[in-house]
Amino acid sequence: MHPAFSVIFLTTLIGAGQGLFLALFTGQLYALANLLPQQDDRYFYGLGSDLAVLFLGLGLLASFFHLGHPERAWRSAAMWRTSWLSREVIVLPAALVLIALYGLIHWMEWTTPFFVIRDALPVDASLIVGVLAMLAVFALYIATGMIYASIRFLQEWHSALTVINYGLLGIASGFTFAAAFSAWIGNGLVGFYGTWAVIITLAALVTRSASLIRNRRIKHKSTLQTAIGIRHTHIQQKAQGAMGGSFNTREYMHHQSPPFLHKVLVVFMVTVFTLPILLLAASYWLESPYLPAAAFVVQYLGLLAERWYFFADARHPQNLYYQSVS
Amino acid sequence: MTQLALVIDLNVCVGCHACVTSCKEWNTSGWAGPMTDFDPYGADPTGTFFNRVQTFEVGQFPNTQTVHFPKSCLHCEEPPCVPVCPTGASYKRAEDGIVLVDYDKCIGCKYCSWACPYGARELDEKQKVMKKCTLCVDRIYDEALPESERLPACVMACPTNARLFGDVHDSESEVSRQIRDNGGYQLMPEWGTKPANHYLPRRKTEIRIHEDELVRADNPLKKEGVPARPPADRPTLDDTTSW
Ligand code: SF4
Ligand code: SF4
Repeated sequence: MHPAFSVIFLTTLIGAGQGLFLALFTGQLYALANLLPQQDDRYFYGLGSDLAVLFLGLGLLASFFHLGHPERAWRSAAMWRTSWLSREVIVLPAALVLIALYGLIHWMEWTTPFFVIRDALPVDASLIVGVLAMLAVFALYIATGMIYASIRFLQEWHSALTVINYGLLGIASGFTFAAAFSAWIGNGLVGFYGTWAVIITLAALVTRSASLIRNRRIKHKSTLQTAIGIRHTHIQQKAQGAMGGSFNTREYMHHQSPPFLHKVLVVFMVTVFTLPILLLAASYWLESPYLPAAAFVVQYLGLLAERWYFFADARHPQNLYYQSVS
Repeated sequence: MTQLALVIDLNVCVGCHACVTSCKEWNTSGWAGPMTDFDPYGADPTGTFFNRVQTFEVGQFPNTQTVHFPKSCLHCEEPPCVPVCPTGASYKRAEDGIVLVDYDKCIGCKYCSWACPYGARELDEKQKVMKKCTLCVDRIYDEALPESERLPACVMACPTNARLFGDVHDSESEVSRQIRDNGGYQLMPEWGTKPANHYLPRRKTEIRIHEDELVRADNPLKKEGVPARPPADRPTLDDTTSW
């Protein structure tokens, strides 16, 4: 498939934003369970949520560049019963609003508990909205992943690994950002977020590698024989009906050489997984406030390459009809 | 239930592209238009087409066959392009099975084109909406046209009658009969999309003749060839019996 930059930015930005919110909320839950010290609500949660909203907003903005008619985008909520794209269109703004509300609650310090469960769990507005936002964020990861995983013709994508990778890679970059954010405001949570970021990045390394291996061994169901229905081992295309290219040659092909693809693969394996883990580990020892930020930047740029490769790696069966010009 | 469709006979298609040009001519100025072209007379022309004729060479020299292969939306009975559309712009008509796009609803997200394994949908780069074959829905029901012309433009144009149009759910229709009698098949059956359009394969008319059908081995009258003589010292049948 042709990697569209609008979609690359959309998926990486919202992935990081969702992950950042999950990191913030995990922090709150840990603090509730007295595993972490209570945070300065206003700045850490309020500003952190704003940043998550910013990521999601930028992603939403990027998505409009993908549409031929962005002014009609509201129509795309209509077919949520059948279309994962429609479901994403509904869940994305919902998650964005809930995260914004979560940040607002912390910023305004509307955190007086409504009631306390068993003298241990004070339930306040931030907890309730946080849980709802967490559900929305997970639903959004699933919807985004399923947009790709649900197309059975793109066998490289048609796998649970696609959804898992979208989730894990997004959460990893969000936790890396949370580590950088904590280092920046100096709240002492760098170690906590950094450790989780490394663990999730390693988990993503396993699942992403699994999908790469799966895709190397994939056996495509369609062949030129089934595509035109002629039973012969030697069939060669002589003309594709147009000589100057068409939508079919632009939308479904990346027009890059195999060595280039391989380079992108190596680059993203190093920048998404190896370098951020090393930088986060180094920041732990050196106690540097800049290294986690560097880890996030490197990982985010790497994710752009990863997403590019994700598209280029998928071979659409329609390409069988477009193998040579003349 | 009616399912209108095309049946394309690869045995007689000569690859003249008359269907391509007549499709473009009719549809660019009709209900489904425009079908925008860019740089049409330049070095790198490109544009929207509902129908394209491709050419394949089957076999290895000197035993090759050139197969011309017209390709357009197959109006699948289980169209995977329809449920993925987030706006409902893509739909399949219940009354005649034609798959259509509502240009006023389409947001140009291209998701449906990803979900068509045949590459039958094309985004119009000018109008920014998804376009595809409509089976000339604006011709086939047009009562202002003489009845004999209520056919898709490509079917009207085909000089070799390689394109047949009709209801593939009616077993007595010409298209159903052709599919049945001449081995009509669907493209990429592995996906279960059940394309309504069918293709008729290349056919050679062959008769199978065995050696013994040329030389009549058991000819009772022994017309060809001299009958073997019985040995002179043995009585012939005529000597021993009489009737
Ligand atoms: S050929 Fe493609 S566009 Fe046409 S109905 Fe089938 S899946 Fe949809
Ligand atoms: S491009 Fe148009 S018809 Fe296709 S899925 Fe998007 S909105 Fe639907």
